[in-house]
Amino acid sequence: MIQTLAFYLFAGLVIASAVMVILSRNPVHSVLWLILAFFNAAGLMVLVGAEFIAMLLVIVYVGAVAVLFLFVVMMLDIDFAAMRAGFVKNFPLGIVVALILLAELGLGIGAYGAGGLELGASDEMAPVRDDVSNIASIGALLYDDYIILFEVAGIILLVAMIGAIVLTYREPKPGARGRQDIGKQISRRPEEATVLKNPEYGKGIEL
Amino acid sequence: MTEFFEGLGMSYEWAWTVATLVGILAISLIVMFSVAMVIYVDRKVLGAIMLRRGPNVVGPFGLLQSFADGLKVFLQETIIPSAANKGIFLLAPIITFTVALAAWAVIPFADGVVLADINVGLLYILAISSLGVYGVVMSGWASNSKYPFFSAMRAAAQMISYEVSIGFILVCVVLWAGSFNMTDIVMAQKGHGLGIVNGFFFNPLLFPIFVVFFICALAETARAPFDLTEAESELVAGYQTEYSSMSFALFWLGEYANILLMCSLCTLLFVGGWLPPIEWAPLYYVPGIVWFLLKTFGFFLVFSWIWATVPRYRYDQLMRLGWKVFLPMSLIFVALISGYLMATGHFAK
Repeated sequence: MIQTLAFYLFAGLVIASAVMVILSRNPVHSVLWLILAFFNAAGLMVLVGAEFIAMLLVIVYVGAVAVLFLFVVMMLDIDFAAMRAGFVKNFPLGIVVALILLAELGLGIGAYGAGGLELGASDEMAPVRDDVSNIASIGALLYDDYIILFEVAGIILLVAMIGAIVLTYREPKPGARGRQDIGKQISRRPEEATVLKNPEYGKGIEL
Repeated sequence: MTEFFEGLGMSYEWAWTVATLVGILAISLIVMFSVAMVIYVDRKVLGAIMLRRGPNVVGPFGLLQSFADGLKVFLQETIIPSAANKGIFLLAPIITFTVALAAWAVIPFADGVVLADINVGLLYILAISSLGVYGVVMSGWASNSKYPFFSAMRAAAQMISYEVSIGFILVCVVLWAGSFNMTDIVMAQKGHGLGIVNGFFFNPLLFPIFVVFFICALAETARAPFDLTEAESELVAGYQTEYSSMSFALFWLGEYANILLMCSLCTLLFVGGWLPPIEWAPLYYVPGIVWFLLKTFGFFLVFSWIWATVPRYRYDQLMRLGWKVFLPMSLIFVALISGYLMATGHFAK
């Protein structure tokens, strides 16, 4: 009873907020609706008993990715008039994409109604164990059975990270004041930075 | 508590729902009351260190000062700037406050005294505390004013930076405890130091990690010396600048609830939660919740001591400390600790 209520609440909110992402005029509102959608999706994950995935969804998508979205969108200077002008221009393209998506959706639902696809059951399918927690079973699968794939994914991410650094790195111009030597700043004493002067009345001081 | 409501003739589901609601209410009231008292303590400590008296007028020793302030703020008018984005402007303090309270669901106050004893407790806290940044960012943007916006930018970068280090530190603790469940983590610390003292604090490999965690907790709650989000000498009052009355008070309460949460996390993860500090039978006659509250309060005193003592960091120093010092350090410790645990056969048990 409560589970059913919770399911309809979360599922309804996911759909409603996903609709609001595309309907809201203000991009910042869109991002906030997207965050609500993520959050409710995490709620659905909890309902099916995948609490680890749910927490990861919140930590990674809501806590990090969406913050960066919000960060970027917040700093945009939005010109609503220009956006509406673009609407008419891009309308045919948008319609084509929407029709393709609609056709694919219809095809998918039709195929599912016709009985779906028979997937051959693998002999090496990992058995579902009830006695260990989510985290333990994911860990066992990831680090025992699929360790090579896991490492490959890690290497790909590392390459992407290095690529991003190389693309954004700018060599400092010679003579620029940008670089700071923290060690030098910390080791500086008051005696090196300040001078105590006792000027005579009516005379200026020279530093 | 579920059994009690079942005894009143409810079905299990409804008894559970009612019991949980009662638990939520009880925890919120306790946390709110502690926040009020802790604000008083904070001001008193600050006063003592600055050779002032601190609040001393309302009630005996000024004990009722926070309640008087709360009443005053409640009666004030909520002013919404005309250029503000109204909905988000009002939503922001509510989110800060709700998120600060929600994390308390998995905190065990004593053995078994916990609202939700889930096996991803620590991850839940990490997930909820990563939501805290939205309150700040939304208020900064919705205020449509320069200083709050600067503050929001700073807060977003600061919280994300330090959350990464906190994540790695928690990995170290979880490796040693072998569980994400808060109760299990506390029980793993029982007799940890040679069977005499309770707590990962006394472990030479985990102590440096504890120090880093404490500093990250300061940065995560934007307390001095990392209070750049509300640096009054640069940003007026940061993201709270445009807020007044209850909406301002919600930020204030949420901030202190977060500080208390970080103090209780330090207690639970490193100094043995509700366990007495020393493994000695007579100490177990003191109820666990007393030890928990004493330890949490002790950490809070250190928080306010630091507030009164150290000057504010510069923003680039803050970023450097997070990314260039704490992140590599915590990464090295993850490798070190997991290596040590593998070598000593900790996981084989």
